[in-house]
This record gives sequence, structure tokens and C-alpha cells, in this order.
Amino acid sequence: MGTATAHAGTHVSRRSTVLEWLTTTDHKKIGVMYMVTSFAFFMLGGILALGIRSELAVPGLQFLTQETYNQLFGMHAVMMIFLFVMPMTVGLANYIVPLQLGAADMAFPRINALSFWMLIAGAVLIVSAFAFGGSPTGWTLYVPLSANTDFTPMTGVDLLLLGLVVLGFASIFGAINFMVTIFKMRAPGMGLLRMPMFVWTTLVTSILLLFSLPVVAAGLIMIFIDRNYGGGFFDPAMGGSPILWQHVFWFFGHPEVYILILPAFGVISEVLPVFSRKPLFGYKAFIVATAAIGALGFTVWAHHMFATGMVYLPFFAFFTFLIAVPTGVKFFNWLATMWGGHLRFDTPMLFAVGFIALFLIGGLDGAFLAVVPFDFMVHETYWVISHIHYVLVAGAVFAIFAALYYWFPKIAGRRLDERLGKVQFWALFIGTNLAFFPQHLLGLDGMIRRISDYSPNAGWAQLNFLSTVGAFLIAFSVLPFLWNVFVTLRKPMEHEADPWDANTLEWATSSPPPPWNFDSLPEIHSERPLFDQKYPGVGHGPTPEPATESEGAAS
Amino acid sequence: MTANPNALEPQMSEELIDSGHDAQRGGMDPALLGMMLFIASEVMFFAALFAAYFNAAATLPVFPPEGTEEFISLFKFPFLPLIMTAVLLTSSVTMQLATNRIRQGDRTGMNRAMALTLGLGIFFLVLWATDYAILITQDDFGIDSGVYGTLFYTLTGFHGAHVLGGIVGMAVILSRGLAGQFSARHHVAVEAVHYYWHFVDVVWILLVTVIYILPHLGGGAA
Repeated sequence: MGTATAHAGTHVSRRSTVLEWLTTTDHKKIGVMYMVTSFAFFMLGGILALGIRSELAVPGLQFLTQETYNQLFGMHAVMMIFLFVMPMTVGLANYIVPLQLGAADMAFPRINALSFWMLIAGAVLIVSAFAFGGSPTGWTLYVPLSANTDFTPMTGVDLLLLGLVVLGFASIFGAINFMVTIFKMRAPGMGLLRMPMFVWTTLVTSILLLFSLPVVAAGLIMIFIDRNYGGGFFDPAMGGSPILWQHVFWFFGHPEVYILILPAFGVISEVLPVFSRKPLFGYKAFIVATAAIGALGFTVWAHHMFATGMVYLPFFAFFTFLIAVPTGVKFFNWLATMWGGHLRFDTPMLFAVGFIALFLIGGLDGAFLAVVPFDFMVHETYWVISHIHYVLVAGAVFAIFAALYYWFPKIAGRRLDERLGKVQFWALFIGTNLAFFPQHLLGLDGMIRRISDYSPNAGWAQLNFLSTVGAFLIAFSVLPFLWNVFVTLRKPMEHEADPWDANTLEWATSSPPPPWNFDSLPEIHSERPLFDQKYPGVGHGPTPEPATESEGAAS
Repeated sequence: MTANPNALEPQMSEELIDSGHDAQRGGMDPALLGMMLFIASEVMFFAALFAAYFNAAATLPVFPPEGTEEFISLFKFPFLPLIMTAVLLTSSVTMQLATNRIRQGDRTGMNRAMALTLGLGIFFLVLWATDYAILITQDDFGIDSGVYGTLFYTLTGFHGAHVLGGIVGMAVILSRGLAGQFSARHHVAVEAVHYYWHFVDVVWILLVTVIYILPHLGGGAA
């Protein structure tokens, strides 16, 4: 078994470290670069959010103009979605998926590096939009605002469009790479039904990316043509259709929601069994649920367009409700995994449990939106803002921190500090609820989104102020994490291969793993090969002595 | 397995040594699978553009606009779309020929057929540019001529760009073939480019059907 500190110091020839990182095709180094880059954008997007929340804290325009405000909320969303959550989950998958498969690298290491550097190129284009008038279009880029240069003459919009197209193709190449890696690079014995759940969610996410991103790329190019070459895709005067953009955008935009959250589901499904000392309850049901969410994700795009009056409401409402079924299966399985388990509340587990509690709220208030009459009332209000933030902050961000605390010892060879981790968790947990729960009430009271000011007589001041306090608490919660990473990296490495007593193959090699990942692999008989090896007779491994089969809690 | 000079356990099984690679597992070559998946995403890209076309066809009272059938036509001199179709269909045949040759291990035959395909591809682009020039100068039909013009140029333009991509791919294959690479066993790049070229051909057939033939069937429009 590949534990051991034997590799410490046995490095191959050392070129300049900077050059080595810039030219690397190692999936682990590329994964780390993805994570560091996307965390920088997490903080940048967070600063934009603080700008938005500060302006809204009290009625009246205090320190932003309406034009600046319009740029902030759009760029906040673009950065958080395309430059933080997506590259962060891609970075995690880059590092972890080949390890969990027992592979030496991704299927196409150079294309992997290409994807990363295309991300950087796209990010530069998007950020440079600020220098060219910005892009006051929101992340949805609705036409005619974005497609008609009478409304948005600034070059910033074009830069945003180009940046998103570049990011799109980077993600398509990444998705192809993950799919081929998963289909072709699995260790001997690892059938599809023995893959860790994080690999499964990465696979389904990649399929969603592959089929949805080209559609929005085509749409973005259509807007670009309308803006720059006199095209008429979205101009009714030329025979075009503004609603077409909404169809094209949401045909991508809804699968995108699952692109953001399925890897998070995967992380939670890795963390819960390890810290509950039980196998994942209903492994196969979980796979089916993941695939069902992916498939249904392509049938519900027009529930974002109920208010247009241009879509067949019962169809899209029905399928939207249907998605609650596989998601419910997941919730049930997570709770059943914990039920009767030997629970350990280390920081990754705290974030995972926090995810379950808060994502449920995001799921429930989303189900309300599928009720067409209710949707008509709260469309474009803070209810929607609250919903997306319960799904993406309480969902994706909690899972990302669970993943960072869980896999940090693998990546850096030492554990993050538990006390600082708990401070961060509680700050983030309280901050998230303080920031986003009041927005439900504001939405029900009719406060619409994308406005920089509201009347002092509207009665929204207290809830908005609470929400702003929560936003600053979320921002504060990042500081203990940064400090934690800083002080931990200054400590000597522990090189513990398997600090959490975990189940999957990434823990069967040294921490950090050598460039070639594995010296040897355990035999694979189930989705928990390392567990089977460590506890012969308990799991699915070959039984050395006649032993009693004891499922469930092994104390 | 690729060089692993630091491996500590020389006794590990052959099967494990192979675990980083996949060729011995059978099934499709990874690079070919990658190309198939890429083509799948390209299908979605063109599907979005076609969706925009069908959306206009379904919502506008008159589509294509009156008068455009004068010059967006298969039967208007010099019959460029027909010739382009013939050229591209022929090139698919020669591409298949090239692939069959290298599957037999006949590299010279592959080079000849690939050069022919490359020439046909370039000829297609020349005809494509000529068609554009005629439409823009004689018929005053540009990308800003209403949504129909935008759709026509975007659809055919992106197809042309994909033809160009295929030409680049064929040029790489040809230069590698002339340098003595590829054999009956090792020619995955040829297979990948040949799939891609057939895909580009299929898109063209769909384009011709949708743009030139469909409006004249059944009197659906106007």
C-alpha cells in the first residue's frame, strides 16, 4: 500500500519552480492553479457583493451611482459563477478524479493545461471589461439591452461576450477530458458501478457541460453579431426575436445550475460516509438520482421564462417539480448515511451537515418558484435572489469549503487547523442565513432585484440592513480560512496518507502524491477499495478468515 | 507505462503497471472518443443556430422574405450551392478512401487521397467565397439584410469556418503522412480527422436541405 514518507525528497530534476508551474501538464498542479485562481475571484466577486450590499443597507444612494451599481451586480454574478464556482469544482475534480480512479493523470494532459490557460484568457477578457465601460447587462445578458448598441454602446459588453465564449470552450475541452478520463483511465477492477460518487457527479456534470455550453456559445456569438455586424437575431424590427435569447440562454442556464451543484453533491457524498463511519446509503440509487437530475435538467429551462407568457406552462412546471424527486432521494440517502453512524464533527463534516440543512431551504424556496401563479408574483424579486444564494452559497460554497478542508491534507500534506475551521464555519453559517433569509421576506413584500435604491417608506430598511450585516459576516468568514491556510502551510508536512480514515483511492497514496500518483493500487472490489483493504472481512474485499458479515456501524 | 523510474515496488503486477493506460482494455481509442465527444458538442452548437432559423421560420409571416428566392436558390447560374454540394460529397468519398488506405497500411495511397480531399476542401472554400461575393455585390444581400440575412451568413459562415478547421487538420495529417508517419495500427489522428470531415459534410447537407430545399416544399412559408 502506497502510504509512507518514502518519497519525501526523491524529486526528479528541478527546473525553475515558476517555469515548472507555468508549463506543467500534471493534473495535480493544474488543479491547484485552478483552485488558487478561482479563490482569488471568489474574493473579488465578494468585494463586488459588499459594494452592492453596502449601497442597499439603508435607503438612498450613498456612494455608488446607478451606472456603477448596474455593473456590480452583473459582474458579481459572472465572477462567482464562471470564475469561482465552476473553476473551483473543475480544480477539485482535476486534482481528485484521476486519483480516485487510480490513474496517473488525465486522458489528455496537454489539453488539460490548455483548458486552464484558456480560463485565464477568458478571465482577463471579462475583467478588462471594467476598463471599457463595463457591462451593465446582468449575468443573463438579456436582449435587447445587451444586443442593441443604442442601449449598451460600451465595448465592455463585447469583451464580456468574448470572455464567456472563451470560458465556454475551455469548459467543453475540460468536459471531454473528464469524460474520456473516466471512461478510459479507471484502475483495473473499477467498473462504472465501483466509481466514487464524486467521479459520478463529475461525469454527469461533464455531460451537461458538453451539451449545454455550445448552445449558449452560439447565443453569445449571435449577440456579438447583432452588436458588431448589424445582425438581426434579436431585433424585432429586422424580424428577430428577443425571446429566442431567453430560450438559448436558459437551455444552457438551467443545466448550468446543476453544473454548479452536482459536484457539490459529489463532495457531500464523499465526506458524509467518511465522517459517519458508514458506507453511502443507496449508492446505486444515488447514481440514478444524479443521472436523473442531469437528464431532467434539460427539460426545465423555460421555468425561468414563465412571465414571458411564451411558454407552455404545465410542461415546464411539471418537470420542475419532478426534479424534486431525485433530489429528495439524495437528501434521504444523506440522512440515512448519517443515521446510526459513528459521527465525527471535524470541519469538513460541519460544512457537509451545514450544506444539508441550508440547501434544503434553497430547494424548498425553489420548488415554490415552480408554482406558476406564485412565480408570477415573485418573478424578478428578492425571492429569486434569496433562492439562488441559498443554492449557491449555502449549497456550492459550503460544499467547496467541505472539500477544501477534506482534501487539503492530501494536497498539502498537513491538516488545516480545526479551531479556525470552526470559527469560519459558524461565521459563514450565521452570515449566510442573516444575509439571505431576510431576502425571502423582501421578495414576498415585492422588492424587485437589480435596483440600487428603494423608498424609505417601503418598510424594507430593517431587513436590508440585516442582510448587509450578514454579507459582511460572510466576508469576515473568509479571513480565518486565509489565515488557516497561511499558518498551516508554514508548519512542517505530516505526510499522513490517510488522515481521515477514508474510503477511496486518493487516500491510498502519499500526501501529497508523487507526480506519477501511485506506486501500487489496492485491489478494487467495491466503491470503497481503501476501506476494503484496511478492514478485511468487513467490506467487500476477500475475507482472510471466516468472518461475520457486519454491515452498518463498525465501531 | 510511461517512465516511472522511482517506482518502489518492482513486483507489482503487469495489470497494475498498465493501469495508467488503456489501449489494452479494448474499445475505442481515447483520442477518438475525445473527437466523438467534441463532435457531439459541435452538433449542439449547430443545433442552436438551426433553432434560431426555425424560430424565425415559425414566427415570421413570410419566411424566407420575398425576393430572396431569386438568389438563394440551387438553380441560379452559376449553380454554386449545387457545385459546392458535389465538391463536399466527393471529398467525403476521398476522405473515406484515404482512411481505408491507411487501415490497409498503404500510406502512399492515403497521402494521395488525403491531398485530393485537401484540394477539394480548398476548392469548396473558394466557391464559398465566390458565392458570398456574388450575393453581397450583385444581390445586395448582406448579414444586415434582416434576420434572414443574419441567419444565412451565420449558418453558412460557421460551416465554412469548420471546413477551414478540417483543412487545417488534413494539412497536419498530410504533412505527417509525407514524413512517413502512420501505419495500419497507428493512425488514430487520421481516424479522428475523417470523422470530423464527415461531420462537416453532414452539416452542409442539412444546411442545403434547410436553406435551399425546405422553403420550396409543401408551401409552408407564404
